[in-house]
Amino acid sequence: MSHAKTPNVVEMRKRIALNKTRDYIFWVIGLLSTLIGFVLLFTMIIDLFIDGFPRLSGQFLLSYPSRFPEKAGILSAWVGTTLVMIVTAATAVPLGIGAGIYLEEYRRKNWLTHLIEINMNNLAGVPSIIYGLLALGVFVYFLKFGESILTGGLTLGLLILPMVVIATRESIRAIPNSIREASYALGATKWQTIKDHILPYSSGGILTGMIIGLSRAIGETAPIITVGALTFIAFLPSSPITPEFPFLSFKWLLDPFTVMPIQMFNWISRPQKGFHVNAAAAGVILLFMTLLMNAFAIYMRYKFRKRIKW
Amino acid sequence: MEIKEKLIEKILLFIALSSISILALIAFFIFGEGLPFIWKIGPHAFLLGERWVPSHGEFGILPMIVGSFWVTLGALLLGIPLGLACAIFLCEWTPPLAATFLRPAIQLLAAIPSVIYGFWGLVVLVPLVRTYLGGPGLSILSGSVILGFMILPTIISISEDALRALPPYYKAGGLALGATHWQTIWRVLIPAARSGIVASIILGMGRAIGETMAMIMILGNAVKMPSSFLDSARTLTTNIGIEMGYASGSHRQALFATGVILFFIIMILNSSAIVLSRRRVE
Repeated sequence: MSHAKTPNVVEMRKRIALNKTRDYIFWVIGLLSTLIGFVLLFTMIIDLFIDGFPRLSGQFLLSYPSRFPEKAGILSAWVGTTLVMIVTAATAVPLGIGAGIYLEEYRRKNWLTHLIEINMNNLAGVPSIIYGLLALGVFVYFLKFGESILTGGLTLGLLILPMVVIATRESIRAIPNSIREASYALGATKWQTIKDHILPYSSGGILTGMIIGLSRAIGETAPIITVGALTFIAFLPSSPITPEFPFLSFKWLLDPFTVMPIQMFNWISRPQKGFHVNAAAAGVILLFMTLLMNAFAIYMRYKFRKRIKW
Repeated sequence: MEIKEKLIEKILLFIALSSISILALIAFFIFGEGLPFIWKIGPHAFLLGERWVPSHGEFGILPMIVGSFWVTLGALLLGIPLGLACAIFLCEWTPPLAATFLRPAIQLLAAIPSVIYGFWGLVVLVPLVRTYLGGPGLSILSGSVILGFMILPTIISISEDALRALPPYYKAGGLALGATHWQTIWRVLIPAARSGIVASIILGMGRAIGETMAMIMILGNAVKMPSSFLDSARTLTTNIGIEMGYASGSHRQALFATGVILFFIIMILNSSAIVLSRRRVE
């Protein structure tokens, strides 16, 4: 830029044109990078469907794993997944919601709560295989639960606990203080306020976090493999409902198990082509389950955000 | 009434404490098994030993550390530019309506189980690499590409949040000075959101280092120092995942010790990400 000469109009137009082209180029790059991710996701899903869909049938859902690919099914896998998820939810949900409430509503500022805070953030980033090691140390060696549904469920419960805590805290934090003050002004105690106001209003967010956590637990394999559950399971755990008096039995908690992703992994590791088709079919069901849960969670979040206006 | 209130508070405190004691439990059990082992064979021999032959009592995890390093680096080389470009595009160029659909789609991308990424890598990517680039196909390259896609959602969503959290007058100021849209993004918005973006990269890195199943399926799991990106390799996580099922005695302790090293790496990454995002809030 020189002051002596009059600005060269041609030069400036050229520069503006160049800048505009550059803007355009980066727009295209941005668009392409965004598309790559989604296109890949879609090809991945479609590819899985093409490979696995023909194999999906009632027989596939109701058969045990077998040495013959065309006879094999995922009965023990999905039953295992369901039972493990029950234990997982029973562990993570009460602990997570309780911890979340404490941290948001009761917490006093001191070193202990500060420690809890830092730990929660750190826990969310710990790789799942580390939880596997923990489970092996605590549940298998120390408490002697063995390679059981109980061990698997507790492990995954610990794994998703930070997610439930964080979701609970975020949705409680979104409730304005005026609600609490109104409740106290009417003479309610702290617990009454929480039970009758805070929890109902934050239930949407908590539910969302819970479902997302469980959908992660469904696909998680590494910690369960570490615990030692990578075995051939061609039977079901004992039934939770019994014909005799207590009608409920908890023997299934200590039974060995397999879950969907492990069954899938098992089949992929075989050399025969037929098992790869089975793996794809199991993958389709697994993917369908996780995507459905997530879509439901996203929908819930959207719905609750719309309904509640402070 | 008074007593009930106090009791409930104590119960909730107990629950909160028991959920954080997980970290203490992890430290106690994993370090309890692993640290004495590292001490016994010497940190030098453990960390820098190049041979891992549990049956002969040789426990050197250098090949795994190197494997983890290369795979993570490769994933970042793919994930950072793609993720950042995507975050910028979503934040600056996507019409709001399209963004409301794209953002949940990214969350769904994060929800896909790692065995499915692994399956896809094994069935599609590995044969491609084997046919066109040679080598076994089960390689650092294949692993990096899959891992790069797996960390995309982390990088995209956190850096997009960082960009979105910037006050609107940053952009307005840049544009008012006559900068083009791209110049404003590159010179003003990205530097301003730097700490958030770096935090997203660190968290993505943590996720890449911690990934196990997809890597077991794609990397080939050979225990040797990788000499090219077409070689198969083994990471710290896959070492634990593959061998823990049948390990016993000092072999098992060695795997716990591998976990100790992994835990340290992740803790360092997490803490730096937390510090960075706190700085952003201030």
